[in-house]
Amino acid sequence: MNIVLLTFLLIVAIAIIRTRDLFAVTMLLSIYGLLSASFFVTLDAVDVAFTEAAVGAGISGLLMLVAISITGRKEQSAKRKPFIALLVVSLTTLLLFYGISDMPYFGATDAPIHNHVAPRYIQDSMGEVGIPNIVTSVLATYRAFDTFGEVVVIFTAGIGVFALLSSSNAHSQAKNIIPDQNSMDKRHLVIRIVTKILFPFILLFALYVQFHGDFGPGGGFQAGVVFAAAVILYAMLFGMKEATKVFSQSLVQVVAAIGVLLYASVGVATLLLGGDFFDYNSLASDPIAGQHIGILVIELGVGCTVAAVMMIIFFSFNDLQEQPKADNNKEPEL
Amino acid sequence: MIMGHFNSWVVIILMMIGLYIVIAQGNLIKKLVGLTLFQTSVFIFYISMANVDGATAPILAQGITSYSNPLPHALILTAIVVGIATTAVGLALVVRIKAAYGSIEEDEIDAIDKQEG
Repeated sequence: MNIVLLTFLLIVAIAIIRTRDLFAVTMLLSIYGLLSASFFVTLDAVDVAFTEAAVGAGISGLLMLVAISITGRKEQSAKRKPFIALLVVSLTTLLLFYGISDMPYFGATDAPIHNHVAPRYIQDSMGEVGIPNIVTSVLATYRAFDTFGEVVVIFTAGIGVFALLSSSNAHSQAKNIIPDQNSMDKRHLVIRIVTKILFPFILLFALYVQFHGDFGPGGGFQAGVVFAAAVILYAMLFGMKEATKVFSQSLVQVVAAIGVLLYASVGVATLLLGGDFFDYNSLASDPIAGQHIGILVIELGVGCTVAAVMMIIFFSFNDLQEQPKADNNKEPEL
Repeated sequence: MIMGHFNSWVVIILMMIGLYIVIAQGNLIKKLVGLTLFQTSVFIFYISMANVDGATAPILAQGITSYSNPLPHALILTAIVVGIATTAVGLALVVRIKAAYGSIEEDEIDAIDKQEG
């Protein structure tokens, strides 16, 4: 099964090299994301598959499409000679093939990776953390500090995109951009109606994923991405004005910051209660109850930040795209 | 066990396809797509390492003794979301380059730089 999926992945990757139309490349990339998500399912990595399906097949395709609608979809035929690139690539390939010949075989039960740390997570996490999903235990408790770093990186990336795209300089330069006429407003009746029906269920599902992450696949990262995908879908079909009635830029920015602060405040609270940084045992008199509170709050922080940052990113791109359109519409009146 | 390294082979080829796109193709968005391929190949590599023969997903249940390694799963799960956030920063830079130069082809941007400098 996974050999078939890997072969498909190779075919899609080669198709991406050969395709010149960036719109088609984006579609291929989404297919690639979906295939790798299926591959992760066959390898028992359900949490990862969930994330990859939402990010690789969903959000990344949307962001690429928005970017392409600003920069144009045609790629020029490569005039440069690719021989040096081929030389570098084949040399690296040979070295890597030589390097992996010592690796343990796929699925080997005695591989070094399975002998250190992992047995402890599998055997003791139920007693120490008390939740069935080991991936959530590792993510939120054993490696809480690492996850905090990741959340800060995501937050910083959101600020970066916002700073790059919303400065007044960006908007004045944006007049060079002639956007493709591709607004979905007022067309595609079927998609609009289906979206309207599905929208509340997608949001509900995101909340379910958020709070059920302790027991099944899910958690803050997946929930945040699913939630943001629903809002972005709505914004694409019904226009930014409708979407920002509820999720205004300023609200989303505040939520992104609150998510990070919520996460950090759990760490500070554990310090004040006499434990180590992110030592949830000190949050309640019963260590397991403390772990549950800690995981709930930090997952909420992660979910808020991820969802808000994805929305900030999309809204920033969209603002830039709609700005020149508004200017172009004004010109005939002058 | 001749297929024991098949996953790693595919990972290497996917990674090199990504690297080739980054080096050889001039369109900046295409380069970002190449980086995404490269990144996904690393995810596949990690998840392949985590796999154990005859094991199941790392969610504790009664009557199951063998689970996949949960650590790579936790690492890659966060890496995927961080990856899309950083890709978005890259796309934002591309959009600004388009606004400043009117092109996202590497050759044309080089030519404009030479004219001005």
